[in-house]
Amino acid sequence: MSRSRAPELSASAGPDFDRLSLKMLWAYYSGKLKIDIANNLAYRGAVAIWVLSTVVQPLVSLVVWRTVAGSEGGSAGGFTANEYTSYFVIVMLVSHMTFIWHMWEFEWRIRTGFFSPILLRPIHPIHHDVSENLSYKIVGLIGVIPAAIILAVVFDADFGGTSVIDILAFFPALILAMALRFLVEWTLALAAFWMTKVSALNTLFDVFFLFLGGTFAPLSVMPGWIQAISYVSPFRWAIAFPVEVALGNRSGLEILTGYGIQLAWITLSVIVLRLMWTRATRRYSAVGA
Amino acid sequence: MHALTVLKTYLQLGLLNVMQYRADFFLQMLGTIIGFATSLIGILVIFNRTTDLKGWERDDLIVLVGIQILVAGLINLVIRPSMQQLMEGIRLGTLDFMLTKPADSQLLASVQMVNPAGIQDAVFGAGVILVGLSLLDAAISPLAVVLFLLVLGAGLIIIYSFMLILSTCAFWFVKLDNVLVIFNTMFGNAGQWPITIYPGWLRASLTFLVPVAFAVTIPAQSLTGRLDGWTVVGTFALAFAFFVASRLFWRFALRHYTGASA
Repeated sequence: MSRSRAPELSASAGPDFDRLSLKMLWAYYSGKLKIDIANNLAYRGAVAIWVLSTVVQPLVSLVVWRTVAGSEGGSAGGFTANEYTSYFVIVMLVSHMTFIWHMWEFEWRIRTGFFSPILLRPIHPIHHDVSENLSYKIVGLIGVIPAAIILAVVFDADFGGTSVIDILAFFPALILAMALRFLVEWTLALAAFWMTKVSALNTLFDVFFLFLGGTFAPLSVMPGWIQAISYVSPFRWAIAFPVEVALGNRSGLEILTGYGIQLAWITLSVIVLRLMWTRATRRYSAVGA
Repeated sequence: MHALTVLKTYLQLGLLNVMQYRADFFLQMLGTIIGFATSLIGILVIFNRTTDLKGWERDDLIVLVGIQILVAGLINLVIRPSMQQLMEGIRLGTLDFMLTKPADSQLLASVQMVNPAGIQDAVFGAGVILVGLSLLDAAISPLAVVLFLLVLGAGLIIIYSFMLILSTCAFWFVKLDNVLVIFNTMFGNAGQWPITIYPGWLRASLTFLVPVAFAVTIPAQSLTGRLDGWTVVGTFALAFAFFVASRLFWRFALRHYTGASA
């Protein structure tokens, strides 16, 4: 029933897609986000499973590093056992908020022809994905926030270094990290237009997040050369930086520089994305085309 | 012996099926190597900061990671693809064809899919175990090897029974394939470290951690000389109990199953 009404609806009240404007984007996102959130709530079982994987990895790292701190007499690498807890609790939140799966999905989309209807829509496909991604994150928070609180309580998180200013500074860092990781990974996902199998590439990318992004261990615990590489990689700025800001480990100047580096990566990704996108779609030929 | 013939035929068919895709073989291998490198870097970073993780040292953990890769390979060879296929068969109704075949239904369901890519992981894992053992520089008696193989077998039986019980639930809940995703997450993340580092309540509350412990930590303990007699006896008893329970549950489920068309 609703299907028969849909064309009429879009003709009368739909946004004007002819030119990109804030009004058009607002109309698109307010409708699309509502649908996507409803969708994620309907498939909450699937969301719960992903949330569980988001929780397990920091939980394991947390236990391992608390054990290390314990056997070194209470602290290791400049972190006490309880500081490791607060670190990995924030890592869990930031990992969830920056999570994006499109590097894995593009291969499937291209292979099955699922990309064809998305490409035919009158708006750039990235908006479709931003909305899906954002709605997943919002719905997933229902699981991630309680998990973070439980872990913080059970494992005695120590937020002694965090001031109100750090919390305020954390939110811009988090939002920039979300944009950064989304843009970098969405751009790299375009590789699937040229390669038929991208799983090995994606696995490698995930490893970078573990060691250069700070999800396996705080970067200050890592060997010096890994830390040096992490500064010039996007991974540190997508996860470790917001976490360090939240824990109060970064000074005012360092925070401002960090925002700048995040913005630089975002700009670079947008430029590369625009260059690659036209080439990618030109390469794309669906079955029957 | 009929059962063995069935097993052999299915394994051969599965092998032939996947031999068609050779490029996948190399990509899979690359994935395994990246996974191992990740574990290895993790271990090196940890032991850069400490010399002892609740009684485990660096080279012990390399042996443990080797066992994890080996067990993952063995699970991915037959158990996991078959369980996935079983749940899919229940959902789509194709299981009914299988039930009409003149062989034990549990056996058929458990070996119906073979993913030979598991073999390379198993071989790679065995290699890592050998390297780890040579680093440990401890004399491994033939008795220890026999013990290792026995507890490894018991661990695999526990995992198999555990997964069969989970998959059998699909008779009632139909869409359950995500359960295997949870198992994978647990096995890949939590299984990389000895189970003894997790606090007791965590081990108890995460049921998924328990089978992981029996399949990875205990075989690793047997090779690194950390295993006492009671744990061995307990492992065998638990394997037996799990197997019997899964078999009874399978029969119970089939008795209540009316088929897709009924």
